[in-house]
Amino acid sequence: MNSNIVTIPALELEQLSYAYGEKVALKQLSFSVQQGECCLLLGPNGAGKSTLFSLITNLFNSRQGQILIDGVDIKKDPCQALAHLGVVFQQSTLDLGLTVLENLQYHAALHGIAGRRAATRIQQELERQQMHQRRHEKVRQLNGGHRRRLEIARALLHNPTLLLLDEPTVGLDLPSRDNLVKYVHSLSKEHNIAVLWATHLIDEIYPSDQLVILSKGEVKARGTTADICSEYQCDDISTAFQRLTVGAENEA
Amino acid sequence: MKLSHAYIAMRGIIKREIWRFLKQGERFVAALVRPLVWLFIFAAGFRSTLGIAIIPPYETYILYEVYICAGLIGMIQLFNGMQSSLSMVYDREMGSMKTLLISPLPRWFLLLSKLLAGTLVSILQVYVFLVVAWFYDIQAPWFGYLTILPALILVGLMLGGLGMLLSTFVKQLENFSGVMNFVIFPMFFMSTALYPLWKIKESSEWLYLFASYNPFSQGVELIRFAMYGQFNLYAFCYTVVCLIIFMGFAIMGYQPSKGMRVKN
Repeated sequence: MNSNIVTIPALELEQLSYAYGEKVALKQLSFSVQQGECCLLLGPNGAGKSTLFSLITNLFNSRQGQILIDGVDIKKDPCQALAHLGVVFQQSTLDLGLTVLENLQYHAALHGIAGRRAATRIQQELERQQMHQRRHEKVRQLNGGHRRRLEIARALLHNPTLLLLDEPTVGLDLPSRDNLVKYVHSLSKEHNIAVLWATHLIDEIYPSDQLVILSKGEVKARGTTADICSEYQCDDISTAFQRLTVGAENEA
Repeated sequence: MKLSHAYIAMRGIIKREIWRFLKQGERFVAALVRPLVWLFIFAAGFRSTLGIAIIPPYETYILYEVYICAGLIGMIQLFNGMQSSLSMVYDREMGSMKTLLISPLPRWFLLLSKLLAGTLVSILQVYVFLVVAWFYDIQAPWFGYLTILPALILVGLMLGGLGMLLSTFVKQLENFSGVMNFVIFPMFFMSTALYPLWKIKESSEWLYLFASYNPFSQGVELIRFAMYGQFNLYAFCYTVVCLIIFMGFAIMGYQPSKGMRVKN
């Protein structure tokens, strides 16, 4: 293998800023997520995580800075950039009145996948989530854990290179949460999918994860748990997090 | 944008809208009962008090039920357009609008597909209404059932476009009753749906002016003429211009630069 090959980051943010009128939500944010990397975005409420997700998904656009998904500038070619992206929002975006299968067929169609190819991909993802038997059930009948699993299956249906997760474990019971954390980490390791995971739950972090600590719209620290702890001379990441974000939630 | 991708996506959006409509049995019944109540009760009651002179496209004296039929078709499409708008506000609040808007297709295309899907649902309702009306002896010439289709598509898109535009202003579901009071009712009552323009002019000049410039009136007239195999050029142009304006502003309202305000 040629070691000189430069891999394009799955996500690259350069000097990204955003403001709601006078209120600045993000200040010159720059970081990248490499292919196959699991990156956890940690920040208290109001740190700017949801705004950042809205910018990466092109629900908002920013006049300042650049977002590259798989090397594609979202401002220049939003369709091409979004094709590489799978998203699970904090709030469920499933159609409760439709079945599991119908929800997935709708998503596949939006990504231009139909017929046999759609059927195969749906079956693969549902089997991965052990939900194939439940494909004809209405989403309304599923519990919170299964709905989340379905949303992840949906987000992976079009084989994205970057998976965005906005606090996906909120409202889940402990076993469902553990399973989800394990599963997402396995996605990055075994399937080379880059993951950007917004959370404020420290126990979802694995030692190998890259962390970005966001507070008041700024990146306060970047690196693995070990890197950050040694840089800020803390015994654990929880202490480092508190030190870096102190007072941020009250001000937000 | 690849054509095959666009086609698959549009088909998917339409399928979803039809699935949702068919699964909401009450919505289907309500959509049908509303115009039928007007036809069976209101129109029957007014039959003796309102005589309709011979006016185009009709070639003979007609019963009031025959006159009101085009208006009630318009009513189905008006309510459906507003229902779509309501569901867009709901989808935005619930988050499923995000799923649509983050799809790798141009936003104008996604919104247009959603609009077309809503229009097709309204057309489905209209044809069921026409079948019931046919048994009630309100029958258009056979070809009228075909020539009405393009008019229904255009009027459905125009009213759906208006609904979509309104959905960019209505930020919360709770505010939607205002749309009922300030948009749907005035649009319906100040139009040619219930009475012809000359009758309105007899009673009030300003009401006549409102009714003549009301886009809903022109939509109803386009449908009325099309139902009898005739083409009303003025109503057609008026409807097309309104569609372009409503849709244009709606697409602008959903641009990312406007931000999509979603409550988390």
